[in-house]
Amino acid sequence: MRARHSSLWLGGALASFALSAAVLSLFWAPYNPEMQNIAGQLQAPSLTHWFGTDHLGRDTLSMTLAGARNSITVALVAVMIGMGVGVPLGLFAAAQRGWVDSLLMRINDLLFAFPALILAILITAIFGPGAINAIIAIGVFNIPVFARLTRGAALSIWAHDYILAARLSGKTALRISWEHILPNLAGLLIVQGSIQFAMGIIAEAGLSYLGLGAQPPASSWGRMLFDAQTMTGFAPWLAIFPGLAILLSVLGFNLLGDGLRDVLDPRQKGHRE
Amino acid sequence: MLKNGMVIAFLFLLLACSPATPPSGVVLGMQLEPPGLDPTRGAAGAIDDIVYANVFEGLTQIAEDGSVKPALAKSWTVSPDGREYIFHLQKDVRFHDGSVFDANDVRFSLNRARAPDSVNAQRGLFAPIMDVEILDPLSVRVTLNKPVGDFLFNMGLGDAVMVDAASANGNVAHPVGTGPFRLERWQKGYAITLRRNEGYWGKKALSETIKFVFIADPAAASAALLAGDVHGFAGFPAPENLPVFEKNPRFDVLIGASEGETILAINNGRKPFDDVRVRRAIAYAINRQELIDGALFGRGIPIGSHFSPGHRAYVDMTGIYPYNPQKAHELLTKAGYPDGFSATLKLPPPSYARRSGEIVAAQLNQVGIRVKIENIEWAGWLDQVFANKDYDLSIVAHTEPMDIGIYARDDYYFQYHSQAFKALMEQLTLASDPDERDALYRKAQRMIANDSVNGFLFQLVKMGVWDHRLKGMWKNAPIQGAPLRGIYLEN
Repeated sequence: MRARHSSLWLGGALASFALSAAVLSLFWAPYNPEMQNIAGQLQAPSLTHWFGTDHLGRDTLSMTLAGARNSITVALVAVMIGMGVGVPLGLFAAAQRGWVDSLLMRINDLLFAFPALILAILITAIFGPGAINAIIAIGVFNIPVFARLTRGAALSIWAHDYILAARLSGKTALRISWEHILPNLAGLLIVQGSIQFAMGIIAEAGLSYLGLGAQPPASSWGRMLFDAQTMTGFAPWLAIFPGLAILLSVLGFNLLGDGLRDVLDPRQKGHRE
Repeated sequence: MLKNGMVIAFLFLLLACSPATPPSGVVLGMQLEPPGLDPTRGAAGAIDDIVYANVFEGLTQIAEDGSVKPALAKSWTVSPDGREYIFHLQKDVRFHDGSVFDANDVRFSLNRARAPDSVNAQRGLFAPIMDVEILDPLSVRVTLNKPVGDFLFNMGLGDAVMVDAASANGNVAHPVGTGPFRLERWQKGYAITLRRNEGYWGKKALSETIKFVFIADPAAASAALLAGDVHGFAGFPAPENLPVFEKNPRFDVLIGASEGETILAINNGRKPFDDVRVRRAIAYAINRQELIDGALFGRGIPIGSHFSPGHRAYVDMTGIYPYNPQKAHELLTKAGYPDGFSATLKLPPPSYARRSGEIVAAQLNQVGIRVKIENIEWAGWLDQVFANKDYDLSIVAHTEPMDIGIYARDDYYFQYHSQAFKALMEQLTLASDPDERDALYRKAQRMIANDSVNGFLFQLVKMGVWDHRLKGMWKNAPIQGAPLRGIYLEN
């Protein structure tokens, strides 16, 4: 059992590590991540600065922690936007079928056809850079993902006999969607949510790297990497730590998603047994 | 089948025999690609970096020490009242397309630059010209409506190069000049190649070709140098990587003075920055050494006014508002802001601006000025800050030479409207005696420092990284662009 769910455990551990770093940074960090001390710039990792300092003398560990908070907030809210809009849309399309379904799904396809990052760049270019706009941009990209997933799964559930029974008992499509369809989708949505969460972290880092995410002095992993790129030759720690943070948290949430799918997804379960 | 195989094998053999890269020719890296190649039309510094004194030449030329040297005019005389210049032109000069350069071209070029519909970026420089008269095919008399002290210097700028009437309108894409190099190829988005002009009137260029490769990313610039893809960068974009090249015997690092005064531009027309106490408070709040160390890795020269430390008329004004947050706070209190205020700081893309911005924001925050950083693209900067004056604070380097006169311009984005300063600049245009001019320049520096018009941060240095085998480069940058006639790769 444990061996089969190794990705769940490893992913869960990494993800909760990232989450706890983010939560920790709310209350405590070794130093103020925005505090500059130019006299102490570019120090290699040491006991006083575990992750070293950057070109402005800021503590890289504190910045990485604050960056975790930024990344996770952005990813979390973006997933919530995606679910909040995408799931009802998918349920609605599945319940209505016909031209409503077709129209919604074609709009979805249109959104889907844009690469995620390009869409996010477009949105931040129009509304200006900043953490809030980054959240909206990534959130908008999440909508079609959840809408399509929800619709597909909902359609197959609608075909079941107990739904027919519910319809015969006079329940409205809305009520059936809410009472019977959605609960059956929960596992699927949690799995997709954690995968989209990982995507959100990458997208946020990409936007910040391009200067379109959180604005300075707020810390973000993407901008730390951008700042570090000309300094990797003599201050590699500036790139290594935020890079590792992105790598491990994305890996963590992806593995968590995979692991959760093994446990929660009823179809996969059916295959196993 | 066998036959095909043999042909392919033969082709491979040929490929193996031919040298991997053509040996002669110099490859230089540049961060920005110019939008066009006509220096009499565009203001972009990258244009002059490529064509100045290489493709196009003026009547005079600015030497590495900033002095004026003869170019297409081999000599000149100035009338005692300073209003008449007679230029004697070089003989047997031809444009790249074969047409002859003579007094007609001088008259055409100067009249074109000063015409009402002129698109010259520095049209003001030509405004004092009243008349251009052809005395004979090789001499021209230029009459000014008032003496202009640095007229000969102005004639040596990229904006005043000589062009031919037949080709002038095509110079943006197909430059035709008199210089030691002509344009061979422009691969948009990648490189521009110049080839030696074998019919050059003067001493011919040493290198057969010069190729400018555009590399925007500082990390890629380092990589290209280390890999030997480019032989040098006149303006290396990443000061933090200089130690890598200083330690490497394959490279020479030349640090020279530039004309880039980097300022914290303050919108003097906007509250609360219209109050000189607030502006002085900002000056006291800025720690220049921290800025130079943090943003430029120590490669910068502190300035206290808008003037290059390399110039002989420079006065060091860095001492009048030394870093003193306590005093900054007192001044803010006196001005009616005991709790400070909020302001936005709009930053253009160059790393010196973005990095300085973070430091300046932190320094101003310490005295209670809550600064919100807004990173914008160049187009946005030109539009919002420069043209529409929609900003509180900004950071930018002013790289035009001897440009203190911008503080007298009514429509300039600083919005510094000082009658006293305007009168001083008026005096300066009339003065032609070098000592008198220097004295006026000193007075001007003191005046804008005193009024704390902007936050004066640092002078950018020109960081040249060169392949050790490359000889003949300029260290200093008195103006934008440098002659490459004497540059060559030693074997």
